[in-house]
Amino acid sequence: MSSKDEETLRAPEARGRAKRAGSGVSSRLRLLEEKGGALLEWIDFRVKFRESFLPSIVHPIPKSTASWFYVFGSATLVCLILQLVTGICLALVYVPSAGEAWQSLEYLNYQQPLGWFLRAMHYWGSNFMVALMTIHLVQVFLFGAFKYPRELTWLVGCVLFILTLGMAFTGQVMRFDQDAYWGLGIGASMAARFPLIGQQVVQLMLGGPIIAGETLTRFFALHVFVIPGTLLALVGLHLLLVIKVGINEWPMPGRLVTRERYVKEYHELVERDGEPFVPQGVTRDVVFAGIVMLAVVACAAIFGPKGPGGIPDPTLIETNPRPDFYFLPLFSAFALLPPYMETALILTAPVLLIAAAFLLPFYSNTGEKSWQRRPGAWVLVVMVFLFLGVLGWLGTYSPWSPEMTAWSGAPVPEHLVKASTPLEMQGALVVQAKQCRNCHSIGGEGGLRGPALDDVATRLTRDQLIRQVLQGGGNMPAYGKNLSPAEVTAIVAFLGRLHPEGELPARDSSAPAQPAKAADAGHARPGAG
Amino acid sequence: MSDESQASSRRKFLMRTGIALNVVAASLIAVPVIGYIAAALRKRSYQAWVSLGPMSSFPAGETRLATYRNPFTVPWDGRTADVACWVRNMGASQMQVFAVNCAHLGCPVRWFPESKLFMCPCHGGVYYEDGSRASGPPPRGLFEYEYEVRGDELWVRGGQMPTLANPV
Repeated sequence: MSSKDEETLRAPEARGRAKRAGSGVSSRLRLLEEKGGALLEWIDFRVKFRESFLPSIVHPIPKSTASWFYVFGSATLVCLILQLVTGICLALVYVPSAGEAWQSLEYLNYQQPLGWFLRAMHYWGSNFMVALMTIHLVQVFLFGAFKYPRELTWLVGCVLFILTLGMAFTGQVMRFDQDAYWGLGIGASMAARFPLIGQQVVQLMLGGPIIAGETLTRFFALHVFVIPGTLLALVGLHLLLVIKVGINEWPMPGRLVTRERYVKEYHELVERDGEPFVPQGVTRDVVFAGIVMLAVVACAAIFGPKGPGGIPDPTLIETNPRPDFYFLPLFSAFALLPPYMETALILTAPVLLIAAAFLLPFYSNTGEKSWQRRPGAWVLVVMVFLFLGVLGWLGTYSPWSPEMTAWSGAPVPEHLVKASTPLEMQGALVVQAKQCRNCHSIGGEGGLRGPALDDVATRLTRDQLIRQVLQGGGNMPAYGKNLSPAEVTAIVAFLGRLHPEGELPARDSSAPAQPAKAADAGHARPGAG
Repeated sequence: MSDESQASSRRKFLMRTGIALNVVAASLIAVPVIGYIAAALRKRSYQAWVSLGPMSSFPAGETRLATYRNPFTVPWDGRTADVACWVRNMGASQMQVFAVNCAHLGCPVRWFPESKLFMCPCHGGVYYEDGSRASGPPPRGLFEYEYEVRGDELWVRGGQMPTLANPV
């Protein structure tokens, strides 16, 4: 901040004082301007705004950062402010009581004027905030902004990322419906895996022995006081660091960061080719902030608020708990991880991930910043997003979950039972009645947990079918105790028909090449199970 | 002693007194604050006997859903203090009472009497009618309540959410 800037700022006032001539409207306006200027002067004499804050506002930044790639941090901040405003509004009406929270959400949706809109803005604001923060993180990572001397800015940013996800999870609990209730159950079940102190952690988290009144008040305090307070303080520190250390210049391939020269070079760059943060540097941020807010408002108006879903009554067990989209990859991981490594991963993965993020700026402290010369960074980003994307996409239709109503709601396609024997017909009925369809689809309908049955006869011979049904295996329960010999015979007769036209059924290669087309029940020995 | 050194030693004394006072006050504040937050730990286990209702609601050979009011409750719990469990009557007063919570991550399992299986809607855990694990990610079978038949009523020992750290 140079003294020249200050002169520029004082200039209009001085000019106003100089021209005292004139009458009527223009003179009155001039008088007002003068009085206003005097008032500002009076305040500034006490607040010392010009002295303490103005230098930060107009501090010079490299011209190269006036880019659309640099707008995501400020956009995240805009979302945070929007969340504060809408959050405070919601807190005016919301009742953080396990017995009444759900009713108060319904009241917000349907009775409180514009309550639905405030809820919608808070929900969409949170989605935008998580998304923009993630883009900001990726940009900062690819631009090498975490390197010397911005390590601390990166560390604080990582903590902000974790805190924001904490806001997302606790916010999902505030929407106190069945998803929130069972989401807490999942959280508690995970916490219980701590060795030795598992139960203590669960009770501390729930505020008691079960998910109930004291759980919601706890999460309310976290969502409304603890996390936002910490978040705001650290956002302040994050911004302070950005101003004091200077924003990361556009990384040029081949311009290496060294501990000896970087700070000097940065100052030279800013002096040679810099411009003030306000107004030049901030232009794109202002435009993008407007776009983000309009997008939140539009989403809120068009799509409305999320939920609440079913009333959080733990005795209503006909429920399909699903997390908000940012936790879908986690939800999928829990279904797909082999059980033996699950506990170990729940306990160590978060620690390892956070440690890796924290150590990054010290591991890669100097050198190349440009993404063009850091292919490893690209590979990492692409892999992480592929990983999260695939898991999240699987989470949207959760093929590992049984389709609870398929057995009664999805009939066997007509062409599969056309011209079938009474025994095969009976088998089709057993397949329906024994909930096979909850995990196995036929004709595209039913669960995806097990393989589709449309062409099962091409994969398993009659003997193998019998064995599979009776003993289970490969993640299928054994049905030996739950099926009568007659039912097994019927099921196998029906399944034996299920091969596409023109494709032969599987055959036992130890048997003669042309097995007799026997429908004899004696061939199956279901009693063995 | 000169005036100056006297003043300086007095200042030191005052500063030390001030720090000591603050340490005492801070611990007097911190101890109750931590105790307050950790009040949920005042009991190691929350368990009490509760009735699930008359035995006639659990016919032999069937598995039925039963509910009870959690014995440890605050007035604003609302419906969240109502807990569900699965009661299996094997005949001859031999019972099994399972928590609805899946042993994997706590989602509510559903009973399918036709195939005699419990299925979980979250991550696909499946259990046999005796509660043992049939397939999917659960590391063990369903959590089982301790039960007693008192006169004509079925009682269970419940009160806390069952997890791997603390089965019912």
